[in-house]
Amino acid sequence: MTDTITIDDHQVPFEAGQTIMEAARAAGLYIEHLCYNPAYQPHGSCKLCSVKVDGVIQTACTMPAIAGQKVESDSPEMKSRRKTLVEMIFAEGNHYCAFCIKSGSCDLQALAYHLDMHENSFNHRYPVRVIDASHPDLILDHDRCIFCGLCIRASRDQDHKNVFTMAGRGKATRLAVNSETGKLGDSTIAADDAAAHVCPVGAIMPRRGAYSTPIGERYFDARGIDEIDNASGKL
Amino acid sequence: MRSTTPQGNCDVIQREPGQKIRIASCSLAGCFGCHMSMLDIDELVVEVVHHLEYCRGPLNDVRELRDVDVGVVEGALCNEDNVKVLEQFRANCDLLVAVGACAINGGLPAMRNHFGLTACLKEAYLDAEGVVNPEIPRDAELPRLLNRVRPIQEVVKVDYFLPGCPPPAAAFTELFTALIEGREPAFDEDMVRFD
Amino acid sequence: MEVFERADLAAAVVTAGGQHGNDPHNALQVCLQLQQQFSCVPADAVPMLAHQLHTTTGHITSLVSFYSFLSETPRGLYDLYISDSISDHMQGSRQLLHRLCLALGVRPGEPRLDGRVTVSPTYCTGLCDQGPAGLVNGHPLTRLDDSRIDTISRLIENAVPLDQWPRELFTVEHRIYRRDLLLGTPLERGDALRSIADQTPEEVLRELAASGLNGRGGARFPTALKWRMCREASSETRYVVCNADEGEPGTFKDRVLLADYADDVIEGMTVCARVIGAREGFIYLRGEYAWLRPHLEWVLQRRRGNDLLGDAILGDSNWQFDISIHMGAGAYICGEESALIESLEGKRGTPRNRPPYPVTAGYLQQPTVVNNVETLFSAAHIAARGSAWFGTSGAGGTKLHSVSGHCERPGIYEFPVGCSVGEVVTAAGGDGAIAVQVAGAAGELLLAEEFQRCIDLNTLKTSGSFIIFGPDHDLFTTTANFTRFFAHETCGFCAPCRTGTQLARSVVDRMAAGRAFGRDREAIDRLIDVTPALSHCGLGGTAMNPLRDLRDKCPQRYQALFSEDDTSVLHFDLEQELSEIKTLTGEIPEAEQ
Repeated sequence: MTDTITIDDHQVPFEAGQTIMEAARAAGLYIEHLCYNPAYQPHGSCKLCSVKVDGVIQTACTMPAIAGQKVESDSPEMKSRRKTLVEMIFAEGNHYCAFCIKSGSCDLQALAYHLDMHENSFNHRYPVRVIDASHPDLILDHDRCIFCGLCIRASRDQDHKNVFTMAGRGKATRLAVNSETGKLGDSTIAADDAAAHVCPVGAIMPRRGAYSTPIGERYFDARGIDEIDNASGKL
Repeated sequence: MRSTTPQGNCDVIQREPGQKIRIASCSLAGCFGCHMSMLDIDELVVEVVHHLEYCRGPLNDVRELRDVDVGVVEGALCNEDNVKVLEQFRANCDLLVAVGACAINGGLPAMRNHFGLTACLKEAYLDAEGVVNPEIPRDAELPRLLNRVRPIQEVVKVDYFLPGCPPPAAAFTELFTALIEGREPAFDEDMVRFD
Repeated sequence: MEVFERADLAAAVVTAGGQHGNDPHNALQVCLQLQQQFSCVPADAVPMLAHQLHTTTGHITSLVSFYSFLSETPRGLYDLYISDSISDHMQGSRQLLHRLCLALGVRPGEPRLDGRVTVSPTYCTGLCDQGPAGLVNGHPLTRLDDSRIDTISRLIENAVPLDQWPRELFTVEHRIYRRDLLLGTPLERGDALRSIADQTPEEVLRELAASGLNGRGGARFPTALKWRMCREASSETRYVVCNADEGEPGTFKDRVLLADYADDVIEGMTVCARVIGAREGFIYLRGEYAWLRPHLEWVLQRRRGNDLLGDAILGDSNWQFDISIHMGAGAYICGEESALIESLEGKRGTPRNRPPYPVTAGYLQQPTVVNNVETLFSAAHIAARGSAWFGTSGAGGTKLHSVSGHCERPGIYEFPVGCSVGEVVTAAGGDGAIAVQVAGAAGELLLAEEFQRCIDLNTLKTSGSFIIFGPDHDLFTTTANFTRFFAHETCGFCAPCRTGTQLARSVVDRMAAGRAFGRDREAIDRLIDVTPALSHCGLGGTAMNPLRDLRDKCPQRYQALFSEDDTSVLHFDLEQELSEIKTLTGEIPEAEQ
């Protein structure tokens, strides 16, 4: 007999060593997330996948599945908190969908649609962040960075280059580049590295591809983030 | 399409039979794109004029504002003139609707917040290559610019939000239809887009 | 800006690196040494450090930009911090800071053009019982007032070396007003070690468990259970860490213990090491207590000489244990045990994902016990005298409280666990108090009608901080101070805390300016719900307590902070918002800015 956990009303089987997130995905259940990507070690920092595990809030991406757990994910309370959290993330950075080249294929934007966010309950911070345009093939636009650490993990664990690191503290948190000058152009990153393509919000984008996909044909134009996630195990 | 948490007076407009709903609109720091989209309601206009009275806005160039039911505000707060208009709208409209990215999150005008007003003006009027007679413009006719561009809900209570750049005509159609029918507007997913 | 000779930097990097084994795990300690030497970690030194410590430039940058006491650009020759922690704030620390800045011609946080001095505000320096307090080049300044501030500015203007400053400026008194079991019956050096020398670790653990001792840092986890879990984790190597990162505003008991009872604390670590089988331990000392380090080093050295530490404790060559001191560098988050371990490993102090817990995978992923100073101090006494003795003043033993604020006798009070809040307030002479902040910024605001509540495990946990507020105190001042504190101290790792603390701060600033309205009230309600629920660690878990307590316990004061006019008022200061354009067009002269 396979062990199972309960996620909302679903009995979900799991294999030893799986997290709640992995078990949910295998069963075709969507749990909101930004910093989680199945190709990399979980980070547990965006907190969007927070679920109640036997009444205690845990991140689904880091919490091991244990037989008999009762997981509450899709409740009005947790959904509402996730929506507020997405608003908080929007307010923190400079996220201008109207003229952003990632619009339409951005996880943050797609989550906002998915969670029915129409406006922001919080005042925008408008932080001053400087674009790093030093690389010939890539743009590093800190305005959009949500500090999910996916590029750090991709560069370290997949590209084996360790190009990125997190610097600063609190509101001054920033993505830093591992090079003598701190500039992307002086790092070892290449345009076909995994780290150059993993960003869920367009902080790291290839040059010369902007607005090339017409509206209507972009990643999330036809479906919601929850469907894509289930359908293809989106990377 | 309510503001995210229902507030006390976010009710639908109550009106006597035959009485028209009075609407006003303005574009603060915006591009009038939202107004263009509002005009894209096409043939609904014929139906709408029976129920709505457009009493002030860039479409009729009336400046006075009194006893308005619904104020439609496009654009962000960028200068002191915007502030006065918004103040007038809030004081005279029962419901205030923020339409478009600029009104809701500052949009394109807010990009100057990254550089600061002083740096922007110095670059444009004093330091840039090719500037002749360098001087920061100052004239009674020119509204003075604010230190920062702000979305309108940061400074006044806003009852409804219509996101988009611009919001699609279908969203305006739903807004007007709901007002006429005396119900809360309900927007399906296609009408809520940030770009 | 000061330019450093590359040759000087290179030499300093080689020296500092060499003194720390060129080990990347010591990167923070090496950076601190450079900071002391150059008043910053110069950008040019970053690649050198990376090379010397076999690490990346990003690693060094990530540290320098994280810790408050490291800086990328030089600070002044005289490097001053004035505490604005609430108890100092209540005694006018802001005005003192401004007075000093005005006298010296500096802006807060910015070095003077001649590089002579920098004056920055900071949060709790652990001197709340003798504030307003501050630090100059790491040395404590106490009982600041106008006259002392003027003296200090004169000394700086005249470039008087610190060792020629009047000693009274630096006097720190460790005032203990109530002694109970622990402080009332001193230990002889080695008592605890001699008493457990013949016992098995199991016997020691049983005694400790029977005493009911739990974590005195505030979390109250049973100490014996923590030690047992670490002991039973499978590994060859285990560590003991003393958490001396006492950063909770209003807490200074650990300072007193480290200054006057360091032997007892170290003895507690040694007992723990014996029980869990550790040969190496660390004292993680907060940067604000750097001035205590020479004393601690001296105590460690004396113990080594007395066979109470080192290669053969009590002459038993099978009992080996030694301790080194690691300095913190101005980061409240490092009081959280997994963040502390990260910092100990020379990284940014961001809390780890758990499980696994430090008892199974702590320092260098080895089983590690992290205990608060007072916990280890208490454990030493229990090891020496037994659990029955520990219970003689009441079940669960006694607890030290740091009392500050509006009272006659700010200082240390030892009370049996289970005493009421009112007893502590009365003992300290806090007559007429309207409220007490228990357990610091992360704790709870208790109004006078709640003073009968008891300090115990289930209902009122505390790290031992009591900040008393007198009848004239505006409790919003406290809320604002604490909310700004959390916004300053959030590590930035998780989204709800990083964003939530900033957003709360901006609302509080608007409340203070009289510009808050309905939208802000809703924003606070959301933050109070979401930030604690979703945050990664206790910092985010408690960061909204001050706003929550004001909202729920002082509704009248709270309501008054919001404009009720939702239909006409612009919640906006137009004149302020026009300041830049007015300056640019000459409408107001620049000098007035």
